[in-house]
Amino acid sequence: MAVQETDWRSYLRVGMIAGLIAVSVSLIGMVETFNGRAIIGEYLSLGNLLLYGAIFGGGFVAARQHKGSTASCLAGGLLLGAISGVMLNLLVLAGTPRVAGGDPFLRQYLLNVNNNLLAILLSGLPQPSGSLALLGISSLMGMLGAAIDRVTPRFRRPLLVSLGVVLLVGLLSEVVILAWGVRGLGLLVRRLLFARKGLSLPGAVVLFLIVFALHLAWTAFSPKLKAWTARAPERRRKQLYRGKAAIGIIFLLFLPFFLRTYLTEVVDNVGLYVLMGLGLNIVVGYAGLLDLGYVAFFAIGAYTMGVLTSQADLGIAQMSFWSALPFSVMAAVLAGIILGVPVLRMRGDYLAIVTLGFGEIIRILVLSDALAPFIGGAQGILKIPKAQIGDFRFVTPESLYYLILIGCLIAVFLTWRLRDSRLGRQWMAMREDEDVAEAMGINLVSTKLLAFGIGAAFSGLSGAIFATKLSSIFPHSFNLLISINVLCLIIVGGMGSIPGVVVGALVLVGLPELLREFAEYRLLMYGALLIVMMIARPEGFWPSAVRRRELRGDEEPIPEPSSAAAGD
Amino acid sequence: MRQRLESISFIDIILWLFRTLIIVAVIWGTVATIFNNPYSAENWIDFLVFGIAQGSLYALIALGYMLVYGILFMINFAHGEFFMSGVFTATVFVADPLNQIGFLNAHPILALIIITLVAMAVSMGIALLTERVAYRPLRRAPRLVPLITAIGASFFWQYFFRGLYGSGVHAFPTVDALKGNLTIAGIEILKTQVVVIVASVLLLIALYIFVMRTKTGKAIRAVAEDKDVAALMGIDVDRTIAITFATGAAMAGAAGILYALLFRQVHFFMGFVPGIKAFTAAVLGGIGSVPGAALGGLFLGVFESVGPSLFLEGLGITASYQLKDVIAFTMLVLVLIFRPQGIIGERLAEEKA
Repeated sequence: MAVQETDWRSYLRVGMIAGLIAVSVSLIGMVETFNGRAIIGEYLSLGNLLLYGAIFGGGFVAARQHKGSTASCLAGGLLLGAISGVMLNLLVLAGTPRVAGGDPFLRQYLLNVNNNLLAILLSGLPQPSGSLALLGISSLMGMLGAAIDRVTPRFRRPLLVSLGVVLLVGLLSEVVILAWGVRGLGLLVRRLLFARKGLSLPGAVVLFLIVFALHLAWTAFSPKLKAWTARAPERRRKQLYRGKAAIGIIFLLFLPFFLRTYLTEVVDNVGLYVLMGLGLNIVVGYAGLLDLGYVAFFAIGAYTMGVLTSQADLGIAQMSFWSALPFSVMAAVLAGIILGVPVLRMRGDYLAIVTLGFGEIIRILVLSDALAPFIGGAQGILKIPKAQIGDFRFVTPESLYYLILIGCLIAVFLTWRLRDSRLGRQWMAMREDEDVAEAMGINLVSTKLLAFGIGAAFSGLSGAIFATKLSSIFPHSFNLLISINVLCLIIVGGMGSIPGVVVGALVLVGLPELLREFAEYRLLMYGALLIVMMIARPEGFWPSAVRRRELRGDEEPIPEPSSAAAGD
Repeated sequence: MRQRLESISFIDIILWLFRTLIIVAVIWGTVATIFNNPYSAENWIDFLVFGIAQGSLYALIALGYMLVYGILFMINFAHGEFFMSGVFTATVFVADPLNQIGFLNAHPILALIIITLVAMAVSMGIALLTERVAYRPLRRAPRLVPLITAIGASFFWQYFFRGLYGSGVHAFPTVDALKGNLTIAGIEILKTQVVVIVASVLLLIALYIFVMRTKTGKAIRAVAEDKDVAALMGIDVDRTIAITFATGAAMAGAAGILYALLFRQVHFFMGFVPGIKAFTAAVLGGIGSVPGAALGGLFLGVFESVGPSLFLEGLGITASYQLKDVIAFTMLVLVLIFRPQGIIGERLAEEKA
């Protein structure tokens, strides 16, 4: 009986928290802004998803902790949803205008409480039925969330994955249609699956079923495949690995033809961040030096490129992109080492603050009038020429894509080779424990400076390409937020993991570029993401093996070598 | 071994050169400015008083960093946002309405006390929430992890409040009673500056008494000394840490109102730069003591207010006021490099790292 009571209380608590989250996202305007993005025709928008997502997730979480029967679990979910629904209704009540036609009561304090928001909350229905609908949908969502937990595990994963795919496709439907749905086969698929905005309802169902079936088939098939590759001889496995790599490279080479101009532009931006991410990954992920002023090197690379190549008054050498490129990278490396020397003795959080200070100093200096005669101050540097090979100029996003791709591939190759080199192992030893590393004969000075220098080099390269890509640079492009973006993406991807950087950049840079609505709330979501990742999955989505053990070290014992386990 | 010695001395030489360079630049600039003498004595006094007022604000905010760092050895990056959240909310929900109905100017003292209390309460609420959600689950994690959540919390709150109240600059209502100057010992001082300085001093004294003389303060110091032993002595460590956060945030909330009185505007990004500067002040004074934080704040405030005109103009740098923040950040970097123990503090950074 006592257990039962605490269980109800946990549903109550989670319900209140979920309700609070739903009310908060409404108050800060996310629901209204995101409502413009349809996922399934007029039935489901991103705003709805955000509003009810918390309740749905809450139901799932609460049911997870609940050990009782399925019926009581569903009832709990219903209760949880109802509580959230009541809280949302309170918000509706507080936001309803006292005088008909006037502004809502709360409006004078909070910008986002307006008739639009109320209409979304009430599903566009008139008052009494609207409130009931809100309550009903919330309760249903809480119950559905709880129900998901009780689905047999065999089906739960495919269910969630296909739900996720449907939502993602619906979310990106505008982009998908623009890129592929204009003619031929694409147009046919578009007619079948998509409505004017978002997926059509039958389309969503069909897509869901297809993905669900595919996933089931894959779970049935993949163990066999794994067993087969495990049995295959070493030579064959190597061939398989090379084959995969070759397919990957070919895919990357032909990506722009497949993506069309707009998406290629997005991928270009992702690529620049991948470059920076790989650099910061060396500094933070391998060497364990938390650098918050990383944007400084990006700025130095870009400004060196600008000053050396610009055709405007500020340009001093009118060099070509290719001859200026080594100078850009070298300038960044030099800056990395110069800024690295004073902080050699510093650790952890002090290092973070000092590098943050460096980043801000450089930004303010670039912006100031004192240096304006040399680097343009707030007016920036204009007329930076495009890169050129013979007569071919890298102007279109497609051609720039190849430039960035080459940069990224070089960076990936270098990082990958460095990771297992003597230097890479020194970095990791230093990350684990500086004193022990020093006692083992590692020269901390050169190891740290190399980390700063190489990390800065990638960032400088990225900055140089950035400058030629935009043809002009302004101080405002180099603020602290870039450092935070890069830090976020390597944390989300997984510190010290190369594929993690790419995944992180795709999610954190690519997705917001595709969804304009994200712009305003990008940093809010980054902040929340950082907290959630650190608490729930500190090793990132695509972790390196070492990092996972390290960050989970306090919770899980490090797995014993298999021979020891067999000995038990 | 020899090689190691050589490499260390090489770094030492570079650092030493760096230090000399900066000292020479400062002295050069000062001498040049004094020779040219572009400002009158009144100007300098104005700079000084403004610096003291601003510095006492930094001191108030620095206390929060100091208290939390003392207990958790963690830079609470989100502290600037505690500062912002309180004053922003109090401005939107209390100060503006009170101003509209005329209460603010009819009973300025009472109204300001109400506004300050609201700001302190909101700051405390945000701090407690942040501590509970973002920091407490990570008590035993590697040190980098809570720092990263703190950065996340900082950005989260900034953009949360931006979403809530908008991205524009809100004007903090002017209080008629605080308009004009006060003449103290023949020097004309803005009334707001007097209020800011006096209120800060009172709050600092109150906090000092709270930490040194009350039982809760003793618990805070005990937890800062050794969490495990404090727990054995019957101190609820989680609760004490929460109280520490709340205390620091309350100071930040009050500082927020004083900041609004001084600069008459609030916006969602207002916590960031004062936050970092207050951290500088905390380090400058030596993290770990109330008088240290107060001293560090004053020092930084005066330096920043007098510095651009005194050091930089003499060096022939145009528009030196733009470089005000550079002075603060340079000081931060210099202090962390050359004297991480601060002016009067103990050396915490390395032994606890």
